[in-house]
Amino acid sequence: MVPQSAIIVDAKDNVATALRPLEQGTSVHLETEDKSLDIVLRQAVPMGHKFALKDIEPGEPIIKYGETIGRATRKIMKGEHTHVHNVEGLRGRGDR
Amino acid sequence: MKFWGYRRIDGRIGVRNHVLVFPTVICASAVAQRISTEVPGTVWVTHAHGCGHLGEEKEHMIRVMSGFCGNPNAAGVLLVGLGCELITPELIAEELGKTGQRVETVGIQRLGGTTEAVARGKKLAENLLKEAGAAQREPVDVSELIIGTHCGGSDTLSGLTANPALGFACDLLVNAGATVMISETAEMLGAEHVLERWAINDEVRRRIWAITSTAEANFKSMGVDIRGTEPSPGNVDGGLTTLEEKSLGSIRKGGTSPIVQVVKYAERPSKKGLVIMDGPAHDIVSNTGMIAAGAQVIAFTTGRGTPVGSPIAPVIKISSNSIVYHSMRDNIDINAGAILDGDESIQSVGEQVFKEIIDVASGKLTRAEVLGHHEFAIHAIGPTV
Repeated sequence: MVPQSAIIVDAKDNVATALRPLEQGTSVHLETEDKSLDIVLRQAVPMGHKFALKDIEPGEPIIKYGETIGRATRKIMKGEHTHVHNVEGLRGRGDR
Repeated sequence: MKFWGYRRIDGRIGVRNHVLVFPTVICASAVAQRISTEVPGTVWVTHAHGCGHLGEEKEHMIRVMSGFCGNPNAAGVLLVGLGCELITPELIAEELGKTGQRVETVGIQRLGGTTEAVARGKKLAENLLKEAGAAQREPVDVSELIIGTHCGGSDTLSGLTANPALGFACDLLVNAGATVMISETAEMLGAEHVLERWAINDEVRRRIWAITSTAEANFKSMGVDIRGTEPSPGNVDGGLTTLEEKSLGSIRKGGTSPIVQVVKYAERPSKKGLVIMDGPAHDIVSNTGMIAAGAQVIAFTTGRGTPVGSPIAPVIKISSNSIVYHSMRDNIDINAGAILDGDESIQSVGEQVFKEIIDVASGKLTRAEVLGHHEFAIHAIGPTV
């Protein structure tokens, strides 16, 4: 089996996880149960980090494992590194 | 399925045959350490507790200390106290006496100081060691095992490789009649609805919501953003973005069996199967609580790499990626990162983890044991008076 470069955990997800360090401009081929897609990375994505599979509007939920893991704090473009700079968690937030 | 274990008087099974030198109060720590160091073959811990506890925390500390010392992996225990503390060796010895375990006590004030206490403690520890040496392993059923699980120093791959592989092993263990514990209540926030689906009945469901909502209310009462601590800076470097993401990956390590019970920190489960222990995500505090609850083996996944062990229980390390497996080769027992390399599947690593747990329970040493790791820390729940 050829090692995959990234994985979509659940077909409902709007982000994928890089399984090795990926360079900016890389075209990543991904497959889920019902679709296959190619995403061109807008930035380098370190191993274990996530990138967007589609354009995500501010406030829209980020979905991984088929579940909500947080929401976008600004617009996230397809292929963009998706992490703490553009996503916030909603739980355990005593700061507001 | 069978493994080789030590049957204790109360019927529980040890997977190790330690003699533990345990201070019931911080003031006795140096004496306990000296005794153990001078009697090779014994193990020791130190901690910051034993005095200044009030109300519920006093009961909590007695439960933790008597649970840890009473773990069947300890053939004998030497309790060391000062003499004026709240939690005395005699108090813990009384709890341990109920299990028929061999217990001795040393009091520093009673014996006239450090030198006399060390001398007396050495004699007692030597005798306990001789007696422990008579114990022999026998074939026992896997259903006698309680396996504690933990993920520490996680990265995003923990939830994709090591945790589901350990979860697969846990499903095999539960199917064989064993007990598996998951804890780290903070890392259930954002995943309660999944755990709720696995709960065996409404009472368990209600308890899951009770422990998670209490934990979240406690965090919120501090008036700060939990991010930065959960996920930790290392978690964020590893790609974990939010607590919810970490939680959804974390809960996969216990498998997908029905959750049969929710117990307090260091409380022994009364049911077999998948059990939740309400406890902190702090690696050492969590391990100590599960061992005090009766876990004989800890299965521990890591993405960033951590060396931790326990004085009395083997801790099996499972790495989530091959980079940390190779960079911390001394510390890691099994590499679930091979799943990403295309060499293994979640199922094949899961089967490997299951076999390793049986082998380790039968006496195979873990890396943490070979390297002498014996970290120990107790969860404090109240103000120190």
